[in-house]
Amino acid sequence: MNALVPLMVTLPLVGAAIALIAGRHRRTQVLVSIVTLSLVLIIAAVLLVAVDTGSPIAVSVGGWPVPFGIVLYVDRLSALLVVVSSIVLLAVLLFSVGQGAADGDDDTPVSIFHPSYLILAAGIFNAFIAGDLFNLYVGFEILLVASYVLITLGSTESRIRTGVVYIVVSLVSSILFLAAIAMVYGALGTVNMVQISERMALLPQDVQTILHLMLLLAFAIKAAVFPLSFWLPDSYPTAPAPVTAVFAGLLTKVGVYAIIRTETQLFVDNDLNFVLMMVALATMIVGILGAVAQAELKRILSFTLVSHIGYMIFGLAINTPLAVGATIYYIVHHIIVQTTLFLAVGLIERRAGSTSILKVKGLMRAAPVLAVLYFIPAVNLGGLPPFSGFIGKYALFDAAAQVGTPVMMVLIVGGIATSILTLYALMRAWNLSFWREENDSTETLERIAYLGNAPAAAISTERRTIPRIMTAATAGMVAVTVALTVFAGPLLDVCLRAGERITDGITLVQLQDQGAER
Amino acid sequence: MDVSGILIVIMAVLFACGVYAMLERSLTRVLIGFLLLGNAANLLLLIVMGRPGLAPFFGTSDKDRMSDPLPQALTLTAIVITFAVSAFLLALIYRSWQLGQADTVEDDETDLAVRGRGAAREEDLDDEVELENADDAVTTDFPDVDTSPIVVLHHRDVAGIRDDAPTDGPDEGGGR
Repeated sequence: MNALVPLMVTLPLVGAAIALIAGRHRRTQVLVSIVTLSLVLIIAAVLLVAVDTGSPIAVSVGGWPVPFGIVLYVDRLSALLVVVSSIVLLAVLLFSVGQGAADGDDDTPVSIFHPSYLILAAGIFNAFIAGDLFNLYVGFEILLVASYVLITLGSTESRIRTGVVYIVVSLVSSILFLAAIAMVYGALGTVNMVQISERMALLPQDVQTILHLMLLLAFAIKAAVFPLSFWLPDSYPTAPAPVTAVFAGLLTKVGVYAIIRTETQLFVDNDLNFVLMMVALATMIVGILGAVAQAELKRILSFTLVSHIGYMIFGLAINTPLAVGATIYYIVHHIIVQTTLFLAVGLIERRAGSTSILKVKGLMRAAPVLAVLYFIPAVNLGGLPPFSGFIGKYALFDAAAQVGTPVMMVLIVGGIATSILTLYALMRAWNLSFWREENDSTETLERIAYLGNAPAAAISTERRTIPRIMTAATAGMVAVTVALTVFAGPLLDVCLRAGERITDGITLVQLQDQGAER
Repeated sequence: MDVSGILIVIMAVLFACGVYAMLERSLTRVLIGFLLLGNAANLLLLIVMGRPGLAPFFGTSDKDRMSDPLPQALTLTAIVITFAVSAFLLALIYRSWQLGQADTVEDDETDLAVRGRGAAREEDLDDEVELENADDAVTTDFPDVDTSPIVVLHHRDVAGIRDDAPTDGPDEGGGR
């Protein structure tokens, strides 16, 4: 079982190497990518079952004894997130294969798409199973460098322009993270997360607060938490549709994952919960108000992405096992639903030749299947029962209400308002793009004329046919979102158990015992 | 833990200069800023190593007088990562230069839209232009000196030059 853990990182890296060598053979690349990601999915599913029924798995790479070497650590949270992210990566890969095959770009620079994509996957998986802070940093860097390549894919002018913002912001957060690691090492003499959490209590509170803030700052930039989220809505929408989908689903969540570890494992005694709550409230409200002011679907979705990061920070700020479990469920839900919505918008862009809700119309009649594919994840994200968005938000609010302080009530109200505004933004887009007749007069538009000033409101591209495989990939993702609802009971149980497990913690001795097992 | 005070001062200066350079609009300066910041962070890792001692080769030197090897390993890894990212940034700067004959970070679309809302009248637009020029003067080191404009030569101008990077269409891009 232990041997499976490093495979989750090495398999995509080897796959990337093969895909790079096979740059001229598109089919080989596709095959390698699909096989690699499917293998990781199977491994992660096996590991999830193993750690859910047994105890967490720790593997010391290279045979160094535990606190000194690199430790890979898989508990329920890690395994669950690797499963979910490999499902998402696989679906988006199929989507992009369909897109590439349809556009006939056989020898464009997109030959580097598959290797970069697999390296991105390796970085994400590495970050999820890292047992020490420095390995987490390396995982972040692997996925970031791959994402730099993907966001500037084809290096057109607009992508370079927005890519620069994204890259510079990411660089700053990486440097902050590195400096924070150095400070943690200076204070505690270790980078192993378990050892850090054991030694942290020895530090005075003010030193703890400094380290805590440094790490949170670095992760909050990556997770797009409110004052540090400015880069996201500008840089994501210009990337190719599959790239945006996978970035929106996964990259910010890796930041949130790091914040979970920071809050629940590293700084158990140091309390920044109130700060986090205020930040969460601001993220939710400011993010969703941004979405309401947009007229372009990808920008609307990018702003809802920022806003819903607020729910996750909210869950972490409550800081009870129940709340952590609910947060994990919300992350799983949000990864899948947000990716699905971006894929659906990718389809709308091809079908209608635009993603501006002022221009797209009459899609309900023209493309009923597409309408279903947009509608289900949209109401899901908005939090209508019975979908997983409702279950996730309900679990969060329930955990908050059990604490019951006045500030919790304020946050619950803020969360509900955000949920309603999300629904408003997404349903307005639905009314205009799908429900409006093709020959509609401009009267409807007069009421929302203020949107005409919104960025990218007038952009249109050429209409293209939608290959069946793209629809199939999106439909598959929609099916997964529905499955999140149908199997909400067992899934929520796993998440709650995962939440309890991290808050319980693990001692260094346990970790050493497991690392020594062969 | 006693450490060299000079190292700490150098690190602080590097951090300060790095942040200053990163705030510039020119991408090349951003790159320089990033390099300074990266080196500052690496120095910080070396500082937290503590008192410098013998080279940490296992079995050759006295265990008690060795330097702490772990920060050295971390620094090496960080240097490699910084190196790779700078190479990518250089490629990006080159590409940005090739596309727009400029290596500056451009204004955010949303910001421009927000700014555009109030500027419907013509005199407002004039104000905008002046404002932008003023901004440029502030970010240039020598505001009163006219630098000669840089001329970019293309294949179509001079036969001896080969445009060696792929050119793109307006939309999806990438077609050679």
